[in-house]
Amino acid sequence: MENTIESPVEKKQDNKKPIKKMMLILSKATIDNVYACFILANGARMEGIESEIFFTFFGLEAITKKKLEHLHVATVGNPGIHIPTMLGGLPGMEALATKMMKSEMEKLDIPPVDEFLEILSASGTKLWACKLAMDMFHLEKDKLIDDLDGVLTVGDFYTRAEGDGTHLLFI
Amino acid sequence: MEKTYANVNIQCNDEGYLTDLEQWNKEVGTDIAKEEGIEMTDRHWEVIEYLQDQFRNEVPLSIRKVGKSGVVSIKEFYQLFPKGPLKISSRIAGIPKPVSCI
Repeated sequence: MENTIESPVEKKQDNKKPIKKMMLILSKATIDNVYACFILANGARMEGIESEIFFTFFGLEAITKKKLEHLHVATVGNPGIHIPTMLGGLPGMEALATKMMKSEMEKLDIPPVDEFLEILSASGTKLWACKLAMDMFHLEKDKLIDDLDGVLTVGDFYTRAEGDGTHLLFI
Repeated sequence: MEKTYANVNIQCNDEGYLTDLEQWNKEVGTDIAKEEGIEMTDRHWEVIEYLQDQFRNEVPLSIRKVGKSGVVSIKEFYQLFPKGPLKISSRIAGIPKPVSCI
């Protein structure tokens, strides 16, 4: 590995700074993104790390009561799914791929979106909706899940991120 | 690696998890809990007993399963072991560290 640059951080073992808080921003509504976000938030709590999720843009669908159970995996424009784009657009294709993915997840004891949100809330993960995105989509708070901790602006979210050991992650 | 809990030498792995549940007793559990900064109560022990039963029955553990067990809710589980419920309770229970991400 002659091209590897030695990390100065690794050398100073005693200077390691633990992660104290994960601030996740979820901006997409496809199932793979939503689960990545939820698993990271939940995984943080399991390690004793604080976590908060800011749902913005399409991410809001994951906390919209009527929509959260109908999230899909994208079969068009998603090379990872290995379906030719022309076929991915056929009727029923997304539903089929989503069904297959959900059944695989259930086998691994990964909960459905509604139950996952309950687990996150019970674990102490804070769930925030983005005010601007709500205005944009004409979404009222009563359309969102009851476990929601509130509606925030970006500024509010950054204020909550203050402190040593906070990491922000955009999904 | 050997560590001394309740005045007995106990076999542990590098992360401090017991390698043999047979060596475990309540005093050992109490000592490990002290290391984790936890004062054990009856509620704590109920959860520990449940985890050990699951381990003996070879059921892999996850937060979701513990929450559905009827023994403790997820919220209370976090209140009992705030710094990492599954990880720390498993260590106190003398069972291996769970590999679950959920």
